[in-house]
Amino acid sequence: MSGEEIISLLPYKEPFLFVDEIIRINNRGVEGVYTFQKESFFYKGHFKEYPVTPGVILTECMAQIGLVCLGIYLINDLEKLKGLKVAFTNATTDYIKPVFPGEKVTVVSDIEYFRFNKLKCNVTLTNENGDVASEGTLSGMFSI
Amino acid sequence: MNSEHYEALKNVIKIYLPTDVTIDDINPNSHLINELNINSANLVDIVLDVEDHFDITIEDSEIEKMDTVANALEIIALKLN
Repeated sequence: MSGEEIISLLPYKEPFLFVDEIIRINNRGVEGVYTFQKESFFYKGHFKEYPVTPGVILTECMAQIGLVCLGIYLINDLEKLKGLKVAFTNATTDYIKPVFPGEKVTVVSDIEYFRFNKLKCNVTLTNENGDVASEGTLSGMFSI
Repeated sequence: MNSEHYEALKNVIKIYLPTDVTIDDINPNSHLINELNINSANLVDIVLDVEDHFDITIEDSEIEKMDTVANALEIIALKLN
């Protein structure tokens, strides 16, 4: 399945889609990129005078690329994917560096397991300079 | 019911209990999801821990049958035979 196809199957759209492109994907993991749009709604309030990407949004970006894109690739069955529902079930994450409006981030996810429709991965998000901005372990359930 | 298996299973389940449920709330008839308030994501981790502890493999079709403590023990016993 191609990166474009995977993104078209994601159950998200603007203003809550945080995947631009899948760089590589296989049975062990995925790498994808997203550029945070300067005009995104959350910068208006986080913070009042100083826009920084909220940690929850970084986590969402990590989950959309690292869990949901990878899950779609692993399920690899268009019939099943038509009615795909996902639930984010666990995140243990550290936030190391701020990500500012307009920054392009790279998310790399390595699979720990995909059993009984639960996908658990170790995920890192690096900023434009290649520094790790956030890393952690995320899991989600796929209802197919 | 094998009491050794029961104790081992209880020790696995307790890791995944929400804070408002304690190990003393577990009995053989406990329904993991409806009574012990374990969600389906944690149920997967319980099954994976059970696989490791008992050195068995649970199939996709079998996880649904592991709805109560007693039914989980039955599947474990079946696998160990």
